[in-house]
Amino acid sequence: MLPFTLEKVTSVQAAIAAASSGRRFIAGGTTLIDLMREEVDQPAHLVDINALPLSEIRIEGSDLVIGALARMTDIAAHAGVQRLHPLVAESLVEGASPQLRNMASIGGNLLQRVRCPYFRMHDAPCNKRSPNSGCAAIDGLNAGHAILGTSNHCAATHPSDVAVALVALDATMQVRGPRGERTFPVEELFRLPGDTPHLEHTLLPGELILAVRIPGGPDSRRARYLKVRDRASYEFALVSAAAALDVEDGVIRQARLAVGGVGTRPWRLRTVEKALIGKPLDRKIFETAARLALEGARPLSGNHYKLELLPRTIVRALEMAGEAA
Amino acid sequence: MKNDERLTDGAVETEEQRGGLSRRSILLTVGGVATLAAVSEVAAQPISERPPSASTGRVRLVVNGRQHELDLDPRRSLLDVLRETLDLTGTKKGCNQGACGACTVLLNGRRIVSCLTLAAMHDGAEIKTIEGLETNGELHPLQAAFVEHDGLQCGFCTPGQIMSGIGCIAEGHAGSPDEIRFWMSGNICRCGAYPGIVAAVADAAKGA
Amino acid sequence: MTTNVIGTPLPRVDGRAKVTGAARYAADFNQGGQAYAVIVGATVGLGRVTGIETAPVEKMPGVVAVITHRNGPRLPYAPHKSYIDPATGERLHVLQDDQVHFYGQPVAIVVADTLDQAERAAAALHISYTAERPLVDLADPKARPVVPAAGKQPDARLPADTARGNADSALADAPVKVDEIYEIARENHNPMEPHATVAAWNGNRLTLWSKSQFVVNEQAEIAAVFGLPPENIQVICPFIGGAFGTSLRTWPHVTLAAVAARQVGRPVKLVLTRKQMFFMTGHRPRTLQRMALGATADGKLTSIVHEGTGETSRYEEFMEALTSVTSFLYSTPNVQTRYRLLPLDIGTPNHMRGPGEASGVFALECAVDELSYKLGIDPIELRRRNEPAIDEGENKPFSSRSLMKCHDLAAERFGWSRRLPEPRSMRDGRLLVGMGMASASYPAFHAPADARARLLADGTAEIEVAASDMGPGTYTSMTQVAAETLGLPVERVRLSLGRSDYPPAPSHGGSWTMASVGSAIRAACMAVQEEAAKRPQGGRPIEATASAQRDPDVAARFSMHSFGAVFAEVAVDPDVGTIRLRRAVGAYGIGRVVNPRLARSQCIGGMIGGMGMALMERTVLDPRDGRPVNAHMADYLLPVNLDIPQLEAHFVEEIDPHVNALGVKGLGEIALVGMAPAIANAVFHATGKRVRSLPIRIEDVLTV
Repeated sequence: MLPFTLEKVTSVQAAIAAASSGRRFIAGGTTLIDLMREEVDQPAHLVDINALPLSEIRIEGSDLVIGALARMTDIAAHAGVQRLHPLVAESLVEGASPQLRNMASIGGNLLQRVRCPYFRMHDAPCNKRSPNSGCAAIDGLNAGHAILGTSNHCAATHPSDVAVALVALDATMQVRGPRGERTFPVEELFRLPGDTPHLEHTLLPGELILAVRIPGGPDSRRARYLKVRDRASYEFALVSAAAALDVEDGVIRQARLAVGGVGTRPWRLRTVEKALIGKPLDRKIFETAARLALEGARPLSGNHYKLELLPRTIVRALEMAGEAA
Repeated sequence: MKNDERLTDGAVETEEQRGGLSRRSILLTVGGVATLAAVSEVAAQPISERPPSASTGRVRLVVNGRQHELDLDPRRSLLDVLRETLDLTGTKKGCNQGACGACTVLLNGRRIVSCLTLAAMHDGAEIKTIEGLETNGELHPLQAAFVEHDGLQCGFCTPGQIMSGIGCIAEGHAGSPDEIRFWMSGNICRCGAYPGIVAAVADAAKGA
Repeated sequence: MTTNVIGTPLPRVDGRAKVTGAARYAADFNQGGQAYAVIVGATVGLGRVTGIETAPVEKMPGVVAVITHRNGPRLPYAPHKSYIDPATGERLHVLQDDQVHFYGQPVAIVVADTLDQAERAAAALHISYTAERPLVDLADPKARPVVPAAGKQPDARLPADTARGNADSALADAPVKVDEIYEIARENHNPMEPHATVAAWNGNRLTLWSKSQFVVNEQAEIAAVFGLPPENIQVICPFIGGAFGTSLRTWPHVTLAAVAARQVGRPVKLVLTRKQMFFMTGHRPRTLQRMALGATADGKLTSIVHEGTGETSRYEEFMEALTSVTSFLYSTPNVQTRYRLLPLDIGTPNHMRGPGEASGVFALECAVDELSYKLGIDPIELRRRNEPAIDEGENKPFSSRSLMKCHDLAAERFGWSRRLPEPRSMRDGRLLVGMGMASASYPAFHAPADARARLLADGTAEIEVAASDMGPGTYTSMTQVAAETLGLPVERVRLSLGRSDYPPAPSHGGSWTMASVGSAIRAACMAVQEEAAKRPQGGRPIEATASAQRDPDVAARFSMHSFGAVFAEVAVDPDVGTIRLRRAVGAYGIGRVVNPRLARSQCIGGMIGGMGMALMERTVLDPRDGRPVNAHMADYLLPVNLDIPQLEAHFVEEIDPHVNALGVKGLGEIALVGMAPAIANAVFHATGKRVRSLPIRIEDVLTV
């Protein structure tokens, strides 16, 4: 690990000022310290933001507002979250391990880096780690990689579970920077790799995530998260799906669906959603709609199985959501 | 066994000033086939921008009820402070990547992996490790239950399992064997003592 | 006098030390003033080091040494081989030349005042190479198999070729055949404790607190490497945080720790990173096996052809018992086995729990299962019809064999009778349910061992032996043997292990520790008892060192093996392909059980290891340069708590008067053997899809 300075801030103002002069935030540290130890990430100055008053979880009308520093554990255990947005709670406890969930903040979770093995290896080319050095994964071992949103420069998947749920639920994020506050959909936080895979998110220099806001809706209780993996726990998703359905008299009025493990960012599937609206809760309907998820999919040498697993995961997640009370 | 100067660890640790120096490999072409090794110049900042000194000043940690004032290299993980600075070697380093749970301790009452946090971020924190569980020579009920239910073999993951189990019980996640299995899945046991671990946590939870 | 301690389910005598953090493993032996060493591994898979820029790194804060083949000491590397080293080839001589034989091979070592400084400096060391593309794929058509040299010897323990009858023609004539290829991925031991050595010199004497399953061999090996008399080296390892074979050999990092400590004139601590554990310290070799069975329509085996190939390094021929079980597990007149090695540009593999047997039995037991479906005969019944009266390979009686008893017991506990024979016929709601079973076997080895017993004036006893306890409970079970032999309560016996200056013990592996060391302890205790009987007036302490080994005449007369049966139930999600083990039952005939509580734990642990082999474990090498791409605990999957359901281990009553005086056969390895084929057979029963390649993952059963 390269040496760095570490300072603590106690106000949002001070945090933004520090970040504006090139310092980097550290919260739970579970991604950052891991990558710093590998020297994949090399910040020279860290600002510990854990003392900022951003850990609150509150209900505002039908919205759920989660402070950026709220820990995964606390969000998942929050009675209001479990009542209003069981999907969020479910996606959180399917992620990482109890210890890591005690450490990791929601803000850090959204900003976590990819799990491509070559990204972590200095002796392999990686356009994300070292722009224009090449991609070892595209012609290498890529069973875990994305089939959607890839470019010729990068095909790494975004690893977060809760981000998939948040994208499905049209969550927004509130950020503040040197030029003031702004709010935008969580979905817009994530950039596609294109030819700049080293740029992963849309935060501007100095911006700090303050909170994530999840609007309530008629579908938010009929919503489930399905994570498919070889190990029953403590493993990243091969494929995951967050599905929320608003059903009246057996007919789908609204459907929201996002998937993980297959995209270079948490992947919203609006064409699949459209194909479900006005249709009954029927497996055949789900199967037909789920095939639409593969539009534009580009498999690599090792991940063809995701072309099969993705629609199956969607079908099953929709069934689960349909069965949810 | 441990000399006193090591307890203050880093007073002399003025860190390298040429921090941008980093490992490089070279692009190799053999018979027209480029091998995987490639130029990867990873230095993020010019050398001159690296901090000249990396001391954080004094960090106070209360470990098993005992206060320590340490002058730490900010890079040092809580795990390495416990093991290498304080010689509390009961907490184990299994992967140093947050992927095995062997280094689990309680930080202000919550179970965490101590390999993925910087000690310098926890000024004033209370840390409980496996060495701090006995009371007047009596095992903590979960320690006793691990022996009784044979929830261990080699014993290397055991301190982390026990600290995690204490967290699991305190969180209210030890209501059934299935619940325990889910909430104890952050601690890998390669010997495969899982059934005994579940039985031990269930047993201790009954008395908690 | 006897206290009947053997056979009681005593809790671990070292349990308290392990649950309080007091048990000290190699990296826990901090020494005053110690420096920290970090190994730099090659970043090419084959080639030569052409440049190392040590100067800038030597100036980095805290750095006290950067040692490479250019500036490091030339080491004598006197010839030395133990039985756990490959018989053919020569061990890696570390930092002695510029050659890179495999990705990650140590090419430099950096020593600094603190671990953070050493890690930083190691990362900063700039090394250049010339490189060639290595050959790392066992299935690569360019790879040329060789006949293992040691297997060509007439008295080879692992013969390359064996034959009885004419297996090929019997196979051709057989009315029913199975002839398939089975593949098992490269696996890494991944004990929770990384390899670690703390080295401290005092003049020409060296103390190594080092993770080892064989401290007397580590002493001998390091003595040979440095050209020192063995008595100058002391190896200390009271506790091992799991090993499963990876610490049988002394790997180069032990040498490097000693080199570093000598160079810097301070004690040095060297702990491998988890990543380094994937290429520096051995692995279960990837194997490809052809298993062909011929049978009559009523299920009598007429032929077995077993051809197995395992990977090895270019510089050593690592052999394991891949084809051994095939010659005696079932009765058949015609058997042909062929064992080949494929030298690749990788580090030398080594023994991993159930070495050889686990892989060979997987192929055999899956093939027998396939045969049972072809014949329409229940798989247990098929095995019963081929139960041999003697070891037909050795043409000797078994000292004891309880295979069918194991099957009957396990089948009954498992509820095999509820199984519907047809594949895909059992469901639980949406899930496909499958039941599978397999036989298991492992040799009942016994090696010569010494032990020392001491009776003290206060009525307690001390036992010393250079054996180890990597988790099975050696401290406890040996204490029981000593207590019973001495007629003392266990509280009055103190057992010490893991020092190379104790009486020598064989390697802690191969399931022979109880047989070998237990017999030696028993002999030493009997010797002090005898002396005590001569001193009715007291006269303590009394000390005796005794040896024990198997009577060669008995060894020549009998075939000695443990046998077992494993039954498993899986559920496969037909939508998304997840495979979950729902329950498993194992029954084992292992002679006498010294401590049922610990034996049960060990068996269940072995079953969990076999479950990992079946459904999770695989180290994947990038063919471009041989790097393991999943060298990470999050990416090399091992079972977690939630993966493990109700497991049962049972022992059949078995009295074997021949194996040794204690009547024990060992169980560490057999506990793993048989689990993988039982699960693979269950996956077939659940899905109707036969997967012959381990591990069986979601993508393998997705389209069923």
